[in-house]
Amino acid sequence: MKIVKIIALVLLVAFVGIQFIPTERNQSDTVPATDFMLVNKVPVAIQKKLQVSCYDCHSNNTQYPWYNRIQPVAWVLEDHIKEGKSELNFSDWKGYSKRRKNSKLKSIISQIKDDEMPLFSYTLLHREAVYSDSEKALVINYIKRIKDSL
Amino acid sequence: MVVAFVGLTTMSCKDSKKEKATDTHSEMGHDEMSASHTMKDSDAQNSASKQVLADYMLLKDALVATDEGASAKAGEKLEATLKDFNVDNYTSEEQNELNEIIEAATEHAAHIMKSDIAHQREHFQMLTKDITDMVAIIGTDNTLYQQFCPMYADGGAWLSMEKEIKNPYFGSKMMNCGKVQKEIN
Repeated sequence: MKIVKIIALVLLVAFVGIQFIPTERNQSDTVPATDFMLVNKVPVAIQKKLQVSCYDCHSNNTQYPWYNRIQPVAWVLEDHIKEGKSELNFSDWKGYSKRRKNSKLKSIISQIKDDEMPLFSYTLLHREAVYSDSEKALVINYIKRIKDSL
Repeated sequence: MVVAFVGLTTMSCKDSKKEKATDTHSEMGHDEMSASHTMKDSDAQNSASKQVLADYMLLKDALVATDEGASAKAGEKLEATLKDFNVDNYTSEEQNELNEIIEAATEHAAHIMKSDIAHQREHFQMLTKDITDMVAIIGTDNTLYQQFCPMYADGGAWLSMEKEIKNPYFGSKMMNCGKVQKEIN
């Protein structure tokens, strides 16, 4: 029984220890002029949906959940946000070449259509990010329009 | 108790993907690249464009065979070749265009490396447009056939070295679906 106690204590110390490791936070107070929303003058309803469903991992401003300051959660989030932003960053929209915009919009449509995005692991804890059928139709039609107007 | 808590809180923002180590440079491309110093510029340019098309065709053939693993490998090879592509000897306008094409095409190749066959085909469709535009600038030694199948999504085009239709979007399901749209010399 003693061994179990020792292991538990070691784990506890380690858990407390890693809390002191700092991580980079993905937050900004202002929406940059290069943001997808401003560049395309996105209607409010669609703005809201994209914000809730995509912007945590695909923009320069993450709405962090309450548990985000606990390690190792903070690391995992930091990692995922980095990867998400390298694939697509709505905050940098203006700087993308027309060619890349076109390919991103195409991917956005197919990812939402096929329920690939937002990720299942994300929607587990962010139920509001899930797309209802009507939201899907609304957003996909809008993104198609943007794509056709490039 | 603590352990269970930690386990629960590591739910996160994306699914873990299979990350493959990618330290393999396309051997042929690499050798040709290092040899290019001793070649005339035009020869180097020529072999670089050849390599891009060779890798693209490798990918196209893997998709015709509906072989996910081979497509991923071909995507990896193409990504390395595109990253190594030297645009220095083109006009500045061409350089801008090429850089944009390479940026987009490299992304598609990277996705093809780590996706399932359906996604690979999606990216291949977009990649084909990039490579077609690239060929318009860098030229081709071989005659290329631009082929097209209206059944795939909003229409899927691809490039081939042969006239005969072998469909990379459906493979054996619709092997002969498509037609030659134009010849590129």
